[in-house]
Amino acid sequence: MSYFLDMLLGRLDWDALPFWKMLQEPTTFNIINGTIVTGAASMVVLGGLALVALITWFGKWRVLWSDWLTSVDHKKIGIMFIVVAFVMLARAIIEAVFMRAQQSVGLGGGFLSAEHFGEFFSTHGTIMIFFMAMPFLTGVINYIMPLQIGARDLSFPVMNSISLALTAAGAVLVMVSLVLTPFSTGGWSGYPPFTESPYSPGAGVDYWIWAVTLSTLSSTMTGINFAVTIYKKRAPGMHLMRMPLFCWTALTTAILMIFGMPPLTVATALLALDRYLDFHFFTTDLGGNMMNYVNLFWAFGHPEVYILILPAFGVFSEIFSTFSGKRIYGYKTLVIATISIAALSFTVWLHHFFTMGQDASINAVFGIATMLIGIPTGVKIYDWMLTMYRGRVRLTIPMVYAIGFIMLFVIGGLTGIILANPSIDYQVHNTLFLVAHFHNMLVPGMLFGMLAGYNYWFPKAFGYRLNERWGYRAAYSWIIGFILAFFPLYALGLLGMPRRTVAFLEPAYLPWTIVAGIGALVVLFALFSLIMQLGVSIRRRVTYAVPIGDPWDGFSLEWSTSSPPPEYNFPVIPQIASRDPFRSEKDSGQAYQRPEEYGNIEMPANSALGPVLAVVSFLMTFGLVWYMWWLVIGSGLMGLAALVGRSFVRRTTRIISADEVRRTHESWLDQVARAKAITRADERDTTNQGLAASPVEGAVQ
Amino acid sequence: MTRHHLSAQQENERSSELRSYVVGYVLALILTLTPFALVAWSDLSNMKLWSVIGICALIQIVVHFRFFLHVSLAKQKREDLHLILFTTLILVIMVGGTLWIILNLYTRIMPSMLP
Amino acid sequence: MTPTTNRHPGINLGDMHEEASDACESLVFGFWVFMMSDLIIFALLFATYVVMLGGTAGGPGPHELYEMKSAFLETMLLLASSFTFGMASLALKYDRTKGQLLGWLVITLLLGLAFIGLELRDFHLMASKDGVPSRSGFLSAFYALVSLHGLHVTGACLWMLVLFGQMAVHGLDTGVKTGLLRLGILWHFLDIVWIGIFSVVYLGGLV
Repeated sequence: MSYFLDMLLGRLDWDALPFWKMLQEPTTFNIINGTIVTGAASMVVLGGLALVALITWFGKWRVLWSDWLTSVDHKKIGIMFIVVAFVMLARAIIEAVFMRAQQSVGLGGGFLSAEHFGEFFSTHGTIMIFFMAMPFLTGVINYIMPLQIGARDLSFPVMNSISLALTAAGAVLVMVSLVLTPFSTGGWSGYPPFTESPYSPGAGVDYWIWAVTLSTLSSTMTGINFAVTIYKKRAPGMHLMRMPLFCWTALTTAILMIFGMPPLTVATALLALDRYLDFHFFTTDLGGNMMNYVNLFWAFGHPEVYILILPAFGVFSEIFSTFSGKRIYGYKTLVIATISIAALSFTVWLHHFFTMGQDASINAVFGIATMLIGIPTGVKIYDWMLTMYRGRVRLTIPMVYAIGFIMLFVIGGLTGIILANPSIDYQVHNTLFLVAHFHNMLVPGMLFGMLAGYNYWFPKAFGYRLNERWGYRAAYSWIIGFILAFFPLYALGLLGMPRRTVAFLEPAYLPWTIVAGIGALVVLFALFSLIMQLGVSIRRRVTYAVPIGDPWDGFSLEWSTSSPPPEYNFPVIPQIASRDPFRSEKDSGQAYQRPEEYGNIEMPANSALGPVLAVVSFLMTFGLVWYMWWLVIGSGLMGLAALVGRSFVRRTTRIISADEVRRTHESWLDQVARAKAITRADERDTTNQGLAASPVEGAVQ
Repeated sequence: MTRHHLSAQQENERSSELRSYVVGYVLALILTLTPFALVAWSDLSNMKLWSVIGICALIQIVVHFRFFLHVSLAKQKREDLHLILFTTLILVIMVGGTLWIILNLYTRIMPSMLP
Repeated sequence: MTPTTNRHPGINLGDMHEEASDACESLVFGFWVFMMSDLIIFALLFATYVVMLGGTAGGPGPHELYEMKSAFLETMLLLASSFTFGMASLALKYDRTKGQLLGWLVITLLLGLAFIGLELRDFHLMASKDGVPSRSGFLSAFYALVSLHGLHVTGACLWMLVLFGQMAVHGLDTGVKTGLLRLGILWHFLDIVWIGIFSVVYLGGLV
């Protein structure tokens, strides 16, 4: 019997339950930590149960399955990616608040155990990079890019659904690690030999390895999908040099995903071989060499940074142009800068380990390469400022994020140039200065960009604008909270406080950690405001409706279709004659035209392959984590069977009749005819139905 | 429709493609046999042998791309050629960088790991 | 004579197979991009292998473990299979009957299987000389690189079987044709990776 149980459960034991240790050794300290973990675990379990109950109560299972989970529509997949990102964002922010709280009382102790703190910074980093940032930008690109290039979908819609499935499975795996503990304490970068089995024998590192592996595979496929779509599916006349800048950044990000993800796949796979099959890649004995892990990890890690930041640059380019009422300044230089940043990003990875012991000349080469990236980035900053210059700047929510970004990002960039100097890096390496630097790049850069994009494109995706009051509160508290939470870390780093420290003995740190703790609370309020914003907006969706689809007087193609767009995006594929095609159409009075004739549209049919693979890949990785080999083999075979079975399917598309397309389009055109065009002064008013009045004569364009 | 329905032009194309495969196969054989034979029977110095192996391998890779995968420098719509060239660039950076960094680390701190 | 426009790497079906030719442009290009991504994985494993060469930890090294004869045979098998797949591609492009195509594919499959068998025999012999991956960092790197290639060949053989199944159900339709084009690219690509393996690992080690 016990043999059978061992087979069934692998190494899963009572210890895995979050409250087990607290019951075994009920010291105050254990009870505090145990309660926190148990609370988190119950939130996961109760949240999951509540979700199931709600869906059943409202009878939405069928809708969920046929309209969402099996859908291969790039718009729905994009939205689902962003939902994953928001859920994970909430969790990772709460973890950050716990860490800041611990450090603000961390003089000589604090309330978190070192193990627990280690799990916090490991999950926080892993989630923020792989399950918040990546799904967020993937979701936004997924939704917007095909609309901007005039395509009906991505090149490989089913593969897109599989990408979502793998990311979702990885996210669920990280969530499950809260209930069946522990997670890795090796940080988001998982350096061996600490993460090798002699030093981290439990399931924690394995959770990390497989969650990251799922995310990596997902992103590789996403990258291929985006790149092929942009190469092969642009509307006629949409030359590369006519693409909106967001599409350019999507293309470069895709290329970085294609070539930047493999090193991580290799690094985590070799670490897994070490842990599972007793290989010796990164062990301390028998010819292993942990330095190669660091090398491989950052050969991924640096391109990754630009995978995260470039799409945000794209979003900001769109926003600066739209809300300044001007075409973007220096389009070509922005394109060239984007490409240069992408190319340079492959040549700088060593700056993450200047102190490992290689020659000074190698450090110098990589240091100089790193500083070079400042040049194209500077070009971008100037182009954005010159876009605003003499424009009619409207301080909308996306614009608040954008201006906050410019100011904060420049500071973060300057600290980056400082860190690129190996001799300075030797001093502040592994301190909170570094933590401040990369948060200073990624929060204003990546996160503000995505939130700005979310506010900017939400009306496109759902047909109504987001609430302004809570939106401004969120934006300003993000900016203020960020400054309070991270600028003190620069000081702490210079004072010598190491990163990932649970407690400290130096009283001089305390004032700074307290300020940072207050900043974390402001960020928590920002998160609350985002939730309120969404809630209030959903309740007032009729008041905020912008069905015509152009609430901001936009420039690019996505604004030329209804909000939300029909499944096939465009009734007829547009012919592109210039950059900023929709602007040109509006200027020449050619917008909202009835096409001469409508044709049948062939769209990809729904597929259950995505959800099936989501379940299969979750079960397989879960089995791997807990050594349940029957589960690994069983789910592996199921996955193979699903893939082979799918390859026999031949009817993968369905036809939407010309008649239906015509009816939908004509009813929308009637709405356009009835709607009242508004000027930019009324943009944030409820009279905004998404139809823009032509600009005042003589206004700067 | 079977073979004899091919037009003269298609027949031409077919034989030129067949020729391309045969030429590729013969070239690949020569480029494989040379290093194997040298390693087995010659008494060249190690450095010279490694250079011959490396050069033959690089040429053979080009031969495979050219004759088996039909990637050429011809002026056509060749995203794939750009892709290969870019991949080669990344590959050189990553592999070259890795070797440079790690071997340098070995000489400085772990001389026992040098090959 | 104007040559058929090359729209993607590998064999181009051209205007004789209009539907399949259109359908495969994105598919084959996408697969090609995936191959390039995969190539980076192999390249990094090569780099890892080279930097682990010194990590034999007192265990057996290349001279004790590698066998020139079987490396040579494996090379010949794989090269021949690349050629026979080329013949299959020509049959796919120019012959509308399945006979020739199937014949060449079956030969290719057998060559592939023979290659895998020989490689497994190699591994078995190496293991009997204490050449197992857990023995040293060098051997870990060897097995990771060479067996990843072997797994790719196995996967390619399985894919071919699946395509045979599809051919039995659907005949030689667009789906099968585009599948064969992609499998062809994978097959030639694996041969290219093998050039690296026999040059860097086997010949480089046996010098």
